Amino acid sequence: MKSFATFGNELYTGERSYEFVGKRKIWFGIAGIAVLLSILFPLFGGGYNFGIEFRGGSQFTISQVAHTDVLIGEEAVAKAEPGTVAVVTNIASDTMQVQTDRLSDDATLKVKDALKAAYGVTEDHITSTFVGPTWGQDVSRQAIIGFFVFVLLATVLMALYFRTWRMSIAAIVGLLVVMVVTAGVYGASNFEVTPSAIIGFLTILSYSLYDTVVVFDKIRENTVDITKSTRRTFAQEVNLAVNQTLVRSINTTMVAVLPVGSILFIGALLLGAGTLRDLSLALFIGIIVSTFSTIFVAAPMYSWLREHEPELVKQAKKVQQREATETAVAL
Amino acid sequence: MARTGPTSTARRTLLWLAAIIIACTLAVGGGVLAGAATWAPKLGLDLEGGTQMILAPKVEGAGNITSEQLDQAVSIIRQRVDGSGVSEAEISTEGGRNVVVSLPGKPTDQERELIKASANMNFRPVIAATQAPSGAVPEAERTPEDKLPVPTAAPVNSSDTNWVDAALMKKFEATSCIPPLTERPTTSDPDKPLVSCEPDSGVKYILGPVEVPGKWIKTASYGLQAGAQGATTNEWSVQLTLQKPDGAKAFKDVTQRLNAKYQANPNDPQARFAIVLDDSVISAPSSMAVITDGQSSITGQFTEDSAKSLSDKLKFGSLPISFEIQSEIQISATLGLQQLEMGMLAGLIGLGLVVIYSLFQYRALGFVTILSLVIAGLITYLAIILLGWAENYRLSLAGVAGIIVAIGQTADSFIVYFERVRDELRDGRGLVAAVENGWARAKRTILASKAVNILASLVLYFVSVGSVKGFAFTLGLTAVADLIVVFMFTHPALQLLARTKFFGEGHAFSGLDPVQLGAVPLYRGAGRFRTPEESQEVHKGKNARAAGEAERRQTIAERRLAAKETQLVGSRGAGTAKSESRDDSEEKK
Repeated sequence: MKSFATFGNELYTGERSYEFVGKRKIWFGIAGIAVLLSILFPLFGGGYNFGIEFRGGSQFTISQVAHTDVLIGEEAVAKAEPGTVAVVTNIASDTMQVQTDRLSDDATLKVKDALKAAYGVTEDHITSTFVGPTWGQDVSRQAIIGFFVFVLLATVLMALYFRTWRMSIAAIVGLLVVMVVTAGVYGASNFEVTPSAIIGFLTILSYSLYDTVVVFDKIRENTVDITKSTRRTFAQEVNLAVNQTLVRSINTTMVAVLPVGSILFIGALLLGAGTLRDLSLALFIGIIVSTFSTIFVAAPMYSWLREHEPELVKQAKKVQQREATETAVAL
Repeated sequence: MARTGPTSTARRTLLWLAAIIIACTLAVGGGVLAGAATWAPKLGLDLEGGTQMILAPKVEGAGNITSEQLDQAVSIIRQRVDGSGVSEAEISTEGGRNVVVSLPGKPTDQERELIKASANMNFRPVIAATQAPSGAVPEAERTPEDKLPVPTAAPVNSSDTNWVDAALMKKFEATSCIPPLTERPTTSDPDKPLVSCEPDSGVKYILGPVEVPGKWIKTASYGLQAGAQGATTNEWSVQLTLQKPDGAKAFKDVTQRLNAKYQANPNDPQARFAIVLDDSVISAPSSMAVITDGQSSITGQFTEDSAKSLSDKLKFGSLPISFEIQSEIQISATLGLQQLEMGMLAGLIGLGLVVIYSLFQYRALGFVTILSLVIAGLITYLAIILLGWAENYRLSLAGVAGIIVAIGQTADSFIVYFERVRDELRDGRGLVAAVENGWARAKRTILASKAVNILASLVLYFVSVGSVKGFAFTLGLTAVADLIVVFMFTHPALQLLARTKFFGEGHAFSGLDPVQLGAVPLYRGAGRFRTPEESQEVHKGKNARAAGEAERRQTIAERRLAAKETQLVGSRGAGTAKSESRDDSEEKK
């Protein structure tokens, strides 16, 4: 087991090198399968589990209850409003959540009083909410608009900065993989899709591209005078750049995932369903997928998009010639 | 300032940063002393507890609502809510279609109805009015039962005092128009008289039945009153246009009757007609002329603002708009507080883990990261306080989550920077030069990548609704704070540290030890340095293709081995630039 600094040194000099570009067929294959599964799972696995904000309905949250018995809540609702089906869940150590179809104002008050009595809490510890089904749709519609506007602007921004539209294309492909796979995990795992999850999703958008830009900037630096150099081919330079930023990728992912992971842990353990948990779940998956996608999809994709340019093919030949002559000299 | 150079520039930058932070702190401190600001951030509804209603406007007959109408709707709702005595209500529009009402606590059913109801505006003639702001008449001084008015005949018109009967008189005396206000209904029978107040002045009225309903108002505007010679005076007035034929005719009848009273006695309350919105009088001008064409102008002690406000209300009054509650969310204060505590706890744990990780990774440099994070946090905190004070920005749970997420992205700037400095050290530069060169390269990367973040937060902020907005806002805010810190603290601090003995000589715990970083001094003399790992092991040469650096440091023996490798593999076709390095991580485990 070597120290991490040494690992970094070897990556930097090229002594140790992982074939992100060379074995791209494998990586693209894996990404393709992941994307396919992510699309198929929700299609055949019953689809997404949409939260109450998308379905519409009434929800009661009762905190600081004495007993976390689900039956108490179900009975209380059935007594107060016969015929109402209530889904009662224990969402945290002392918090219960009751979801029903949309109730009228009067019925809401009745159910609320019944639950208050059943769980023996005061007015301060019970909240009632009703949500129209359009609310979730509003949030997601605006999110989709935001997604397209952002992707468009980010594509232009990257094309201007890197002075090549191919980097934008590669980055957006990587981004789409992240989006689809994260959505797929949601679809497959039956996690609830709430407006908070949508927020998390949008954050992954920015995180994924952010991560790609950092790695691509190193690629840009390494390949800036590629046609004048015979040291490495374009593909090798791209691969070296990814390797040289690998330590940073690992460190950043760790540092980004640690706080998110702690929210997730605390949220799931102590708080139950809520904004924090939904948000951090999407982020947790998204950050990890983003890191992989940048180095295994976006970077190889960029190399693939460019290495067939006549100039770069010529340069690659020169590199091989140099290597051949050097080998001859060495012998 | 004798010397100018990296050191003094770095010192000056740090001083500037300190000055900015101190200035902001003093600004907040001044605000706190003045009682306008608080040290604690303002909390959003989901953390503070309260009710949030999302209302969708419904216009009778018409399809869509214009943004102007929506703004009027918001101002009307604001008045209704304020009038009902709820303090600190926040009302805003969202997505150009909905109105969001956030109230601390819970609205009563009556308040809910009030918020939902369509504007109820009409014109009623004044039957009686008090001279000054009036409260309820004290029990002892009220008119005794036998002295209460008894109508002598059926009323002939809306101004007739015969509308006032015993019950109405009792009500009039019991009503208070100065705080504490008497609860009054907000919708009344248009064919019956009404006891009402003018909230602005506190004057109490008895009003006759409705003579001109609000829907007959065509439009209203405000401007400077034209004088007798057509020249503009500097008096503000409100122009009111009524629909023809109904509105104009009804208004003509009213003004004829009232103007006759005005000619007889300009101070007669019965010469006035009240403009009533939601059963409260918003203005009660006297009829100084007979209006035959439905074009009237209201003058008085108007300022530009009050003229605009009256004209807006009149315009709105003509709009039969009501609201449908799309969703109503109630959050108990305890649950909000619990969420906030948990969020803070999660943030602190996350921060602690990041601190441990960066100390482990970067040793003494980790302290620079920690200090940078602390300063970024301080700047973010001050910004939130200042914005809460100036713009009434409230921190929501989504915003807290945004800040926690930002910890990772903020730390990333330092990681990118430190890694670049290390790369420069590996190339064999001295620390001072490595810091300067590494910064020049890292700066570009940091700016480009933060631009993506700021772009994302801007887009999200402008297109999104509700909680997404708060999240986008903090995300953008932390990105900016991060840029300030990395440029004004992290880099200058590292410039100064590079000149210290501990870092400059590459102490093993400094995190910048050239030995650990396998630096190859540019001077390749007899004193060439090799790390222990860089022994003459066979597999070293395998990556010759991918390693220009390594290649130049190879022995001849290694080169031969590499050449043999190449022959074994066979040269690949040109153009498929396939790297021939091999993943030898298995051998290194």
